[in-house]
Amino acid sequence: MTETLWYAGRGTGVVSLVLLTIVVALGIGARSGRTAFGLPRFAVNMLHRNAALLALVLLAGHVGSLYFDPYAQLRLVDVVLPFTGAYRPFWLGLGTLGFDLILALVASSLLRHRLGARSWRIVHWLAYLCWPVALMHGLQTGSDGDSWWLRTVLALCAALVLAAVAWRLSSPFTQFPARVTRRVRALQETR
Amino acid sequence: MSHLHIDWTACDGRGLCAELLPELLAEDDWGYPVARHGKTQPTVPRHLEDVARRAVDRCPALALRLVNDPS
Repeated sequence: MTETLWYAGRGTGVVSLVLLTIVVALGIGARSGRTAFGLPRFAVNMLHRNAALLALVLLAGHVGSLYFDPYAQLRLVDVVLPFTGAYRPFWLGLGTLGFDLILALVASSLLRHRLGARSWRIVHWLAYLCWPVALMHGLQTGSDGDSWWLRTVLALCAALVLAAVAWRLSSPFTQFPARVTRRVRALQETR
Repeated sequence: MSHLHIDWTACDGRGLCAELLPELLAEDDWGYPVARHGKTQPTVPRHLEDVARRAVDRCPALALRLVNDPS
């Protein structure tokens, strides 16, 4: 049973990081306003959303199994409040911080229509903080940080997100690059 | 019955609504939605109301609304 919890905790952690990577890449891809992999834009949008919800489920499994794992010795406070753990508090704390950020990202997205576009977008920018925090947590907290397979997975994840961000910052990013960015002060303030 | 209202100050022309509601909306040359039948606020027939609600839900700019017409 002990072994099961430990393996489940590690497995769900790695898979949720891979999913989060896909979520970030899809989110950036959706922002471009382009179709991708033969999917229409609303499908890319839905894939982004559903992959994020799936990542949250796996994260609940990751946190839950390690919470009940007698070896990891997590307290309830470690699940919510970062940087208070007993073992590698900083790197464990990054995991807690990432988990809190994901809860904020998912909750604000589910309540998007009540929050309004502007507040939702500000919260959603936290994804760019959340993903590297999760990556560093994965690399430094667990017992697999030295293994070639985890390093390969994390390097591929990092390459995908870096490529997506580089594309995001490039000028031909959106489907209509010739559209002039709106600079109407009065409109920006109300959005 | 209900109709679609597009908030043009918010619309970013991302095209999700036109994909979900091709019966009502087309994209102009810049990707912004245009009503197919020339009305600025196209009427949504009952059988398309569920899809219209989904389009409202998925609009990245929250620029689309489904407004109920008093009957």
